[in-house]
Amino acid sequence: MGLMQLFKFKGGVKPATNKAQSVTLPIAKAPLPSVVAVPLHQSIGGTPRPLVQVGDKVLKGQMIGEADGWISAAVHAPTSGTVREVGMYAAAHPSGLLTDCVVIEPDGEDRWIERQRVDYKALPPEQVRELLRDMGVVGLGGAVFPSHAKTQASRSVPMEELVINGAECEPYITCDDLLMRERAAEVVKGIAIFRDLLQPKKVLIGIEDNKPEAAAAMAEAVKAAGEDFQVVSVPTLYPAGGAKQLIRVLTGKEVPANKRSTDMGVQCFNVATAYTAWRALGHGEPVISRLVTLTGNVAEPRNYEVLIGTPMDELLAIAGPKPDTDGIIMGGPMMGFLVPEAKAPVVKATNCLIAHSPALFPPKAPEMPCIRCGACAQACPHELQPFQMYWFARAKNFGKTQEYNIFDCIECGCCSFVCPSRIPLVQYFRFAKSEIWARERDKKAADGAKTRFEFKQHRDEREKQEKAEKLAKAAAAQAAKKAAEAAAAAASEGAPAEVAAPAAPLATGPGDTPAGPAAAPLSPEEAAAAAKKAAIEAAMARAKALRTQTQPQNTDNLTPAQQQEVADIEARRARLREIAKTELVHADAPPAATAPAAPAAPADNSDTSEK
Amino acid sequence: MEFSTSPYLLKDTSVRRVMTQVLLALVPGIIAYVLLIGPGILAQLAIATLTALAAEAAMLRLRDKPLALFLGDGSAVVTAWLVALTFPPVAPWWLTVVGVLFAIIIAKHLYGGLGQNPFNPAMIAFAVCIVSFPALMSQWPGAGSHLAPGQQFDWIFGLTPRLDGMTSATPLDALKTALRADEGHSGPLPFLAGNAQAVIALCYLAGGLFLVWRKVITWHIPTAFLGAMGLLAGLLWLWQPAGFANPVFHLLGGGAMLGAFFIATDPVSGATTPRGKLIFAAGVGLLAYIIRVFGGYPDGIAFAVLIMNICVPLIDMTTQPKVFGMKDQ
Repeated sequence: MGLMQLFKFKGGVKPATNKAQSVTLPIAKAPLPSVVAVPLHQSIGGTPRPLVQVGDKVLKGQMIGEADGWISAAVHAPTSGTVREVGMYAAAHPSGLLTDCVVIEPDGEDRWIERQRVDYKALPPEQVRELLRDMGVVGLGGAVFPSHAKTQASRSVPMEELVINGAECEPYITCDDLLMRERAAEVVKGIAIFRDLLQPKKVLIGIEDNKPEAAAAMAEAVKAAGEDFQVVSVPTLYPAGGAKQLIRVLTGKEVPANKRSTDMGVQCFNVATAYTAWRALGHGEPVISRLVTLTGNVAEPRNYEVLIGTPMDELLAIAGPKPDTDGIIMGGPMMGFLVPEAKAPVVKATNCLIAHSPALFPPKAPEMPCIRCGACAQACPHELQPFQMYWFARAKNFGKTQEYNIFDCIECGCCSFVCPSRIPLVQYFRFAKSEIWARERDKKAADGAKTRFEFKQHRDEREKQEKAEKLAKAAAAQAAKKAAEAAAAAASEGAPAEVAAPAAPLATGPGDTPAGPAAAPLSPEEAAAAAKKAAIEAAMARAKALRTQTQPQNTDNLTPAQQQEVADIEARRARLREIAKTELVHADAPPAATAPAAPAAPADNSDTSEK
Repeated sequence: MEFSTSPYLLKDTSVRRVMTQVLLALVPGIIAYVLLIGPGILAQLAIATLTALAAEAAMLRLRDKPLALFLGDGSAVVTAWLVALTFPPVAPWWLTVVGVLFAIIIAKHLYGGLGQNPFNPAMIAFAVCIVSFPALMSQWPGAGSHLAPGQQFDWIFGLTPRLDGMTSATPLDALKTALRADEGHSGPLPFLAGNAQAVIALCYLAGGLFLVWRKVITWHIPTAFLGAMGLLAGLLWLWQPAGFANPVFHLLGGGAMLGAFFIATDPVSGATTPRGKLIFAAGVGLLAYIIRVFGGYPDGIAFAVLIMNICVPLIDMTTQPKVFGMKDQ
């Protein structure tokens, strides 16, 4: 185990780990479920298109949903059987909304497609990335970000460290611990894939120091593989397994919310993700199963290898939930959520199911007013001021919550954990974030409509102006022509001009062109007047256009400080839009409100660098 | 099952526990108080506590708030004890009642109750009473000469007439008077050695350190408070030792220790960011020194705290710490 300088992150809490219960028994294979319901949207990004129809026979490992775009990952049939349904089904999401699923009735044979090993080293990196995408490899720490999209180093910054996350800081969860204990060699091979793609200077495997067996197994596997990865024990402190926290602890780098970790020369993957990457390339097995810790209020807590799509209630039954069990928490107790529908399927983000009981998780004490004690600020690993954000979120002053950096919040739950007033702070922050997302969407729609309207108005004005100008021009041209004609006539006829002349003073005043024929249908004066009128109209139109442009708004006449504030807010918006665009997480995982298929990263040692 | 969201695990803590620890931390000081000045303070504490709980209950009822939940949070008792400990131990019972009522009803509940008061309630009580009843608020049992226990109670409950000769000003007051009369002083200050107040202050210091250890408060406020006061006192004392008391006298005299660890640290009305706490508390320390040395009141903690309370929103707003990853941006 490497002796290296470790760094600290601020804040953090030490909840009882409750891990010992589920590590006594080795990993077991969960029996074939009666039905598997595979949600198509199991990663951040595009929702895969279904490739099967009701009635189709599918084989284990067959692709049933094709990645939609680059930030997306394929999904596969977890076992062989018949497609019974392609449609809406209960989702593993706190909203309780339904999601598009492929429901398969297993035939009991569990027959594989033809699996093909790949010598990835012989392939160009681009092809390896495509393979990972098509094998459905996503971040299994909980964030389920498509892994292939994280294997590209920044163009300008050299890759320095590849951080492998085996911290598993959430209480109760032990699936990564058991994976490292029992399958370290394959985890190491998977890490090598990411290393080969990213070419970092060093590879650091961070494991919390409450898992010495896992660390020892990993160190041994690294040695056996002849790799130079460093296995590093990090202090047990929740949330040390958050990607940003682990990167901080191992490298000293703080990846801000508006940057990708690769822009700072570092990338982070979960150990389970590395394992599935190896299974995908080295064995031709797509991600159709994962390790799930069954624990909490159960008779026999244990880790199981579980097919994706297994109904949660059916799975939890294996561990023998006690009679007073009244719910299932998916993920850990700090970031997980109570599953609204017990038959919701296990997804790639499901690292743990905790049988909930009132005895194990007593009902929360009533919420008291905030006494500004600052315990939350001291516990926040992102050095936020949660009580200030709470204050503004409660007042629905969402602009202020953004000023206090609400989007830097990773919802780790440390603030709620320590709050003596029992304020569900994270819940307020989720609320504020989803409200802001909803408003951004509304604003975008309104901005679009406004732009379209303004464009139409502008076009109408322009056409009117052009028409007026055209008219004026025509009138002027005609007048000039008439005048020229009259002049020509006068010049050529001589005397007759004099004949006509006496009539002229009658019609025209002094100062007028002496040649001006009074009887002309459009006299030069009239033409001039028409031109003048047209010019006035055009000027009025321009003035009107100008006026609409500079219509007084409440943002006019601001003090420099207010202008600065507005500029700041715009800058923050721009930053948020940038984040939303590049990272896709915020845009795609608003809790509850939309996209039920993208579980909002409920787990601990998540590959949350995307967040 | 009720709808709830993560985290499902919560630390075993509550407002009540926080307040109980504050009360616990005051106990050493109270014991020293009883032993050195007399048991009158116990009567004051009891009067203040009962008044506070009654006022709190009445206000909660009026405001239609759950009685059991808020009455049990302990915040009213903390306010009551701080009022009792800052008032003279022989103050008449009704003075303590008036102070506590003012603190609970006007300074706390009229602003919205727990967590909403912009000013420290106990200091509001002190300020109101010292402005309204300056003589009664300045009568302390004579330094060195104990008022018999029975006599203290008699005074508190108005059973015997108050004899001026039996009380004296606080050491701070006495010093000020002496300096104003241009008597000067030389050598170690007579009040320090064996002075009851200094011993009590040291007990408050011990209780305060307990709060820091228990993480009920952080080091920032006491350190900045005492540091700023000590520094200013030290500079002036070095400049003119005959004209100014030494810094130890100031730190152990009056309400400095109680103020630094128990009053300025009130989280509701104080600054909350780490830098903000330093600025806030340094301001309190400096103002308290200036008021107690150059002002007309025996001690300046109350006014200093209230003045700095006004500055808290500004201080907090301008001292927001940089968040994770944004330190060099």
